[in-house]
Amino acid sequence: MTTATGYNFAYLDEQTKRMIRRAILKAVAIPGYQVPFGSREMPLPYGWGTGGIQVTASVIGSADVLKVIDQGADDTTNAVSIRRFFARTAGVATTRRTTEATIIQTRHRIPETPLREGQILVYQVPIPEPLRWLEPRESETRKMHALADYGVMHVKLYEDIARHGRIATSYDYPVLVNDRYLMRPSPIPKFDNPKMHMNPALQLFGAGREKRIYAVPPYTKVVSLDFEDHPFEVQRWDDCCALCGAADSYLDEVITDDRGGRIFVCSDSDYCTGRIGP
Amino acid sequence: MYVAVKGGERAIDNAHAWLGETRRGDRQVPELSLAQIDGQLALAVDRVMTEGSVYDRELAALAIKQAQGDQVEAVFLLRAYRTTLPRFGYSLPIDTGAMRVRRRISSTFKDVPGGQILGPTYDYTHRLLDFSLAAEAPPVAAPMAEDPVDDTLPRVIDVLGREGLIESEAAGGDSPVGDLTREPMAFPAGRDLRLQSLARGDEGFLLAMAYSSQRGYGHTHPFAGEIRMGEVTVEFFAEELGFAVELGDIAVTESQMVNQFRGSAEQPPQFTRGYGLAFGRSERKAMAMALVDRAMRAGELGEEATAPAQDPEFVLGHCDNVEASGFTQHLKLPHYVDFQGELELIRRLRRKDGE
Repeated sequence: MTTATGYNFAYLDEQTKRMIRRAILKAVAIPGYQVPFGSREMPLPYGWGTGGIQVTASVIGSADVLKVIDQGADDTTNAVSIRRFFARTAGVATTRRTTEATIIQTRHRIPETPLREGQILVYQVPIPEPLRWLEPRESETRKMHALADYGVMHVKLYEDIARHGRIATSYDYPVLVNDRYLMRPSPIPKFDNPKMHMNPALQLFGAGREKRIYAVPPYTKVVSLDFEDHPFEVQRWDDCCALCGAADSYLDEVITDDRGGRIFVCSDSDYCTGRIGP
Repeated sequence: MYVAVKGGERAIDNAHAWLGETRRGDRQVPELSLAQIDGQLALAVDRVMTEGSVYDRELAALAIKQAQGDQVEAVFLLRAYRTTLPRFGYSLPIDTGAMRVRRRISSTFKDVPGGQILGPTYDYTHRLLDFSLAAEAPPVAAPMAEDPVDDTLPRVIDVLGREGLIESEAAGGDSPVGDLTREPMAFPAGRDLRLQSLARGDEGFLLAMAYSSQRGYGHTHPFAGEIRMGEVTVEFFAEELGFAVELGDIAVTESQMVNQFRGSAEQPPQFTRGYGLAFGRSERKAMAMALVDRAMRAGELGEEATAPAQDPEFVLGHCDNVEASGFTQHLKLPHYVDFQGELELIRRLRRKDGE
């Protein structure tokens, strides 16, 4: 358990960590509200998890056990890279088991195994603003949040239904947090949205390039936007996992040959491995 | 049976080892030293220092070597190092009026007090490949001027100021200067933050923005009032001593643009300013910065802002190449969970259409 020489525990200096913790506390106090913070340049590129890394670096202690996933899996290259970054700069224990982890940093998924109290789920966020594709100006979207003026989003969803007969958003599906703030759940599939609702774990969201932090405290109401006659629904597959047989998990499609052959496997590698057996 | 691909960790290690070998290249060829990069690729060092926001020629040379000459990657390396440095405080404003000038030109007056000084410039060179450089022939000795350059050359732009023909530029007084590396940018952004962002901004992006403003997308009628390059002293006010101490000299390029302004209800017709400053010899960058600075002042001067270069949220939000490079290239990361969601959706929409 050695840490990289010449750098502070978990890379960031203590003053920066304090600044980020203050932003996190504010975010927890106002669920779903995007708190601007003095995001630092990290030794990993913007867009590759710098927000999540800064949040993790600010909340991690030497006794924590860290799990890092990308697309639900621990062995994807960027997850490997971030896990190593913390093993190197903080010397903390790492794990692939969702149940053993105290902090889970994730990109694009929420683990299938339900989280428990005391765990922290850190999301890497590329674009924190849910209204960004509808209004590119930050000065405008801040006003819309202040007034809870979310009509444009409902209109967008309505137009989807008018054109396609259903809401044509499959990931990064907008949610309303604690009956107040419209929030972008990061590019998780909408399959994962219901897991955010009343989750016992603390959910923290870090957007490094965009310099925003937001949070969903434990046991907070998180509702995916929908209409009475078009209720929110999640993805379904006709298949089940080719490895563990799970029919309740999010599946990745794997192309097995060039003649249209394909199988489906769990995107959550720990969940899949756990079902196959120790 | 299908087995998921494992071994990302070893693949990463091996890829990095290969990168190291590729960086070194042919081992029969002598390795580049930092002094060679600093001395012979000096303009590359200047750019990396400017956009990396660290004045340290040796570190910038190291970053260039490590990045195999990729400037944007070198800027990123220097920035990532910069964030780990402790802050003791902020230096006093540099005085470019007291610059030890190596180059100083004005395009608004034929002659100016102190004279036009071309300095070591590419201007007026014919861009013919010089094969004597390939043969490593020594350069022709540059003759020495008979008289030294004046200690303090008056700023050309101040000549207009005495007549009141150009807007006066008052110092911000005691109000603190913003620092976007500590606090995130908020809009509307003050000129201090705009200039800081532009100074760190990508030269290519600013060049294109400046160029667009010259081609009718937010025209500002610019003249190069003065461009000067040379050494200035950086001073730091030490609280415990009660006086300023000199930290050292840095080379900078300063560009003062003079722009037409037809006046408004509050202000008579007069010239306005755009300002650019960059480390080392970075004239293209400083000039582009000054044009974009002026273009972004459209709102404050009551001009109609219609072009991209006049839109601070657009320019400042996209001029940082470390942010832009990271986010553009993050598309290389796996996205198959989201793509699966889109596949499922498109199949479902098509199935519905077929019904």
